[in-house]
Amino acid sequence: MTWLRGHFFDVLSLAGQHIYLAGVPLVLGLLIALPLGWLACRYRVLYPFLIIGTGLLYTIPSLALFIMLPLLLGTRILDPINVLIAMTIYTVALLVRTVADGLGSVPDVVNQAATAMGYKRVRRFMSVELPLAVPVISAGLRVAAVSNVSIVSVATLIGVSQLGSLFIDGFNRAFMDPILVGVVACVLLALLFDLAILGGTRLLTPWQRAGKASS
Amino acid sequence: MIRFDAVSKQFPDGTRAVDQLTFEAPTGKITVLVGPSGCGKTTSLRMINRMIKPTGGRIWIDDQDTAEMDEAQLRRGIGYVIQHAGLFPHRTIVSNIATVPMLLGWDKRKAEVRALELLERVGLPTSYAKRYPAQLSGGQQQRVGVARALAADPPVMLMDEPFSAVDPIVREQLQDEFLRLQGDLGKTIVFVTHDIEEAIKLGDQVAVLRDGGNLAQLTDPAHLLAHPIDDFVADFVGRDRGYRSLSFQKSPRFPLALESSVPLGATPAQAVSAARDGWVLVIDADRRPLGWIEPGRITAPIRPEMLRRGGTVARAGGPLRNALDAALSSPSRRGVIVDDEGALLGTIRAYEVLAEIEERARPELDEADLERAGLQPIEETPG
Repeated sequence: MTWLRGHFFDVLSLAGQHIYLAGVPLVLGLLIALPLGWLACRYRVLYPFLIIGTGLLYTIPSLALFIMLPLLLGTRILDPINVLIAMTIYTVALLVRTVADGLGSVPDVVNQAATAMGYKRVRRFMSVELPLAVPVISAGLRVAAVSNVSIVSVATLIGVSQLGSLFIDGFNRAFMDPILVGVVACVLLALLFDLAILGGTRLLTPWQRAGKASS
Repeated sequence: MIRFDAVSKQFPDGTRAVDQLTFEAPTGKITVLVGPSGCGKTTSLRMINRMIKPTGGRIWIDDQDTAEMDEAQLRRGIGYVIQHAGLFPHRTIVSNIATVPMLLGWDKRKAEVRALELLERVGLPTSYAKRYPAQLSGGQQQRVGVARALAADPPVMLMDEPFSAVDPIVREQLQDEFLRLQGDLGKTIVFVTHDIEEAIKLGDQVAVLRDGGNLAQLTDPAHLLAHPIDDFVADFVGRDRGYRSLSFQKSPRFPLALESSVPLGATPAQAVSAARDGWVLVIDADRRPLGWIEPGRITAPIRPEMLRRGGTVARAGGPLRNALDAALSSPSRRGVIVDDEGALLGTIRAYEVLAEIEERARPELDEADLERAGLQPIEETPG
């Protein structure tokens, strides 16, 4: 592992880039999935359309999406924005169903009680429905995070560097060390995202642990 | 005062849940809507706070037409309690109770103080404040539900089968405490239940609804038991209505038989000399009755486990039903009557209670019932 010692800061900077390319879309995707999921949950007729429609987005091969986006958006082909947008699309694809199901998991009597107390729709969503949907949404977010970390590496092929660059580098030189380091770093990043989401969820849902402790 | 003025509800699929319902829930009283499932009682309740919109008629709260009020404002002014409490699982007990005050924009501190005050009021320790609903039993959650409805001190409360989902013993406790609370607060309450016993126990007036949301009869519980207006109401009110109606008749000052009694630890000889007809009552240091014993069958000083505890105890001046039950349930056939502190006053026999019942007039039909039934009031003749 002398290679790693010599290139530690390069790997670190690639990892930073990787976090940026996988993480920002996770947040953007969630923000877009929230209203879409709410629509799917609130208006049951829309549910199949929204779920199947967004689900189909996930089936677009990532390389194809990376190459198509500049054509559609008029961005430069090497611009990392293409990757951010593509990853956001994948995140939305994974999260709309999760958000819809999470909101759907809020017990009817709780929603009715909230309405009867005099909550208006937006406030009810923010302070009753959304907090109660956190456990389900968080589970979906964990899947999306891992998926993002893995898909982002493909962006190397369109010249946007991140940990995936190590695979190409190792492959081109028939040299295992960078490939191994890249794989391990990707796994560590995925774990890091997972832990961050778990930690955030724990902070947002103290009531869940309290419930378990008593039963 | 809540007034239904020819209120109807027809759902989009054509079912008529409520049909031309007209009645008044007077200020400061409990009006119970009762009826079989499908009689539109819950629909009627939910039309008051516009969770369901009527398709015909008007609902007034005092002099305001609810259809013309802002929905959220209307609801914040009406306490709402439902089955299973419907607490917010993600909020602590104190923040659940403070819901409506916070919606009304109270200062957070003030809302919390108020919530703690109500927590005590509904009989829960303030140490529960920071717990979550899942950490409380069903009965405790229901108490919190009542506290939450009371938090902003609304003049009107709607209660939809609030005590149906808890076990019978807890239900009875909750009912008793609810009545005590209402005695202090005097809210205008509309209460929905399918349980006629509950309706009769809690209602100042009871509205019996029949299938399709028709008002079958609206009257006070004693009248309902004495004069069901038709077969439907009679069936619904149930069989032992003659016995149950005694709940609404106060006992007179019965001439009680003095009862000699013995304390725990008395010897068989002491018990024998105090016994009458083979039975003697055992009391504690405060003269509270503990149970009956047959002195002829004991050989050692009286211990608690020797007592026969089947007999109920009636308070002097309480309902006739309790006095009769005390006599009927007593192993010695002598019904135990106690004072307000629970101390022994004396005993009474079932025939004495029955004699009193025979003396009494049955409750008269009230005018609304007479009119409905097409009867004329009997003119009282002097002398």
